[in-house]
Amino acid sequence: MLHESTVMKETDNAAARKAKLGVKLFFIYTIIYAGFVLIGLFKPELMGLELMAGQNIAIIYGFGLIVLAIVMGFIYNYACTRLENKLNKN
Amino acid sequence: MIYEVSNLAVIIFLFIVGLVLGLSFYFARKTKSAASYYAAGGKIHWAVNGIAFAGDYLSAASFLGICGMIAYSGYDGFLYSIGYLAGWVVALFLVAEPLRKLGKYTFADALDSRFNAKSIKLAASISTLIVSVFYLIPQMVGAGDLVVPLLGLPHWMGVLIVGSIVIFIVATAGMTSTTYVQFIKGALLVVFSTILTFFILKNGLNLSPGNDYHQFNKIGVVVESDNSFRVSDSTYVVKSNQIVGNLTFIKLEKEGNAGWYKLSNNGDDAFLEEAPFITTTSTGEKLYNGAPKSERKFYQVGHLSKIIVDGVEVDKTGSLGPFEFIQAIEKSEIVRFTKKAFTDGEDKVTVYYQEKTLGKDIMKPGLLYKLSKSSGATFWNRLNFLSLMLALFLGTSALPHILIRYYTVPSQRAARKSTIVAISAIGFFYILTLYMGLGAMINGVLDVESSNMSAPLLAKYFGVGIFSIISAIAFATVLGTVSGLIVASSGAIAHDFIDKYLKVEMTDKEKVKAGKFAAIGVGIVAIILGILFKGMNVSFLVGLAFAVAASANLPAILFLLFWKKTTARGIAWSIIVGIVSSIGIIVFSPSMWERYGLLAKDAPIPLDNPGIISIPLSVITLIVISLMTQKHNATKDFSN
Repeated sequence: MLHESTVMKETDNAAARKAKLGVKLFFIYTIIYAGFVLIGLFKPELMGLELMAGQNIAIIYGFGLIVLAIVMGFIYNYACTRLENKLNKN
Repeated sequence: MIYEVSNLAVIIFLFIVGLVLGLSFYFARKTKSAASYYAAGGKIHWAVNGIAFAGDYLSAASFLGICGMIAYSGYDGFLYSIGYLAGWVVALFLVAEPLRKLGKYTFADALDSRFNAKSIKLAASISTLIVSVFYLIPQMVGAGDLVVPLLGLPHWMGVLIVGSIVIFIVATAGMTSTTYVQFIKGALLVVFSTILTFFILKNGLNLSPGNDYHQFNKIGVVVESDNSFRVSDSTYVVKSNQIVGNLTFIKLEKEGNAGWYKLSNNGDDAFLEEAPFITTTSTGEKLYNGAPKSERKFYQVGHLSKIIVDGVEVDKTGSLGPFEFIQAIEKSEIVRFTKKAFTDGEDKVTVYYQEKTLGKDIMKPGLLYKLSKSSGATFWNRLNFLSLMLALFLGTSALPHILIRYYTVPSQRAARKSTIVAISAIGFFYILTLYMGLGAMINGVLDVESSNMSAPLLAKYFGVGIFSIISAIAFATVLGTVSGLIVASSGAIAHDFIDKYLKVEMTDKEKVKAGKFAAIGVGIVAIILGILFKGMNVSFLVGLAFAVAASANLPAILFLLFWKKTTARGIAWSIIVGIVSSIGIIVFSPSMWERYGLLAKDAPIPLDNPGIISIPLSVITLIVISLMTQKHNATKDFSN
């Protein structure tokens, strides 16, 4: 089975900058998610409108939210790993 | 029963259960310390942990509940998929790493790391326990639903079997075996859902779902000038006439066979359409289309009434691409089966009448959550929608069985990486739920009595082999998630409450023993609740668990991490207020009122999803109490 060795005490100089980045990305996603909920609440008829390639806004926005979460996850991990490698050298 | 039991299904089922039990035995020999029981010794590889996260998260609610909701209510079920995944953004960007840094085995450890306050230990352990039990109920209900078609056993037996196996898994090996069970199951679930989706797309849209699909009776009626009517075919005798809201249901009898029909009257064209029905007689006997279940007069439903491709009406489409499939549904017309209940003499009757629904209405929100003014949406309907979306977004990162998985990996970096593996696997799976739900909606596989069975029954449409595998995976899904929840609850009782709050002196061995006994106790409670809540959509129930978690735990976690003035009392009180307010609203909600056998519209609180009220209430409590206890904080905050 796959096991990793346990690092018990971690000092992380990148913690503050990673947290800042996390909060930023969180707010970006929250705004986009809120947009979806607000359309549903105040302009639900908009959801049925065809946007492109024969797909309506509900489908494109909904799929988009799922794909965006994955993409942002990868960006975050890439940035964090770089920060850790840079700041935790010693 | 409307489905047959297959031997292959039983064999595959037994194989998967055997595999899970075998794993538990293997790891049981290695589980000696408390660290390995509660957190798998912190030695799980991030990729394994990531898929195990997916295994934990893609519970019966996701697979059975969401697919079922989409199959009956279209896009509104998909809202759950979107919300459940969005919740991971909160987990990844805000909670994963800091929480991992603070804690040891449980989320109470992390909350308490700055304060060492008894009040937090107590509040956090209670909330972990309550959220876990709320989450356990739908898993157990789902388990019961699954064994009915799979093994031909009654619902309560399914609940009992799952309960017993899980108690065994957890009590033998704790978190390590739970993790590997979740890993295997998470991987299998994603792979086989992909295969099922492939079949759905290959099959395309077809007006006749199968040779043995029920042919619905349609009888013409003549409406007289005084609005009374008579049946054109005089061999039918009208036995009863029920008006429910603006719908009229007629009971007709012919040659000793009686059945319910819904009256449609569009001016010139008036007719009666057959509706499957369930009658509960005054003696308590349940009849399906007028006969006991064993006579199999009940049938599976769900079909298309019109397929339009490029503006032309066709009988079938042939295989379609993922986007073409959605587009084709959007242009077509689908018959959904909507439930109405009334009393007829001494009988309680539930009919499932045909409701032709335009594809474009299915592919946007509104069938379940009424939102537009034209569909008669009230203020409360819209608040319900907002409340659900809020609870799903904030609930994920507050679920105890998800939180404990941050402690099974060796480092913060591993915690983050496994979260990303989880998001990818889960996001991909949630996109598939839309196809599986729509596939079930149009292929004549739905059992109107149990929306939860939609996905497995769809698999059966494509062959007994894939049905057996999918059902066995679904069963393993329940096993895995229940195990995770029971580990979390046993941690709350044995580690947070007995060890840390009561400060009972225990050796490491005794701690493990206490955890195992706690697991057995929680397991028994889960079995009982699973039997009591039979018949509710499991995704709806999980939505409630999310609301309780988001209200009780999330404000505490976020404020602890991001607001320096947070105090121990602020945290403890916000947890308590979050639990009490969210559960209070649920207990008095329309859905629960129906559960008690009362009328939904008489419920004291017209809100089904509590989050919109209970989450802000919990946040306000935390801020106010923290500001009031600042002095106290200065002396308490020694560890920071």
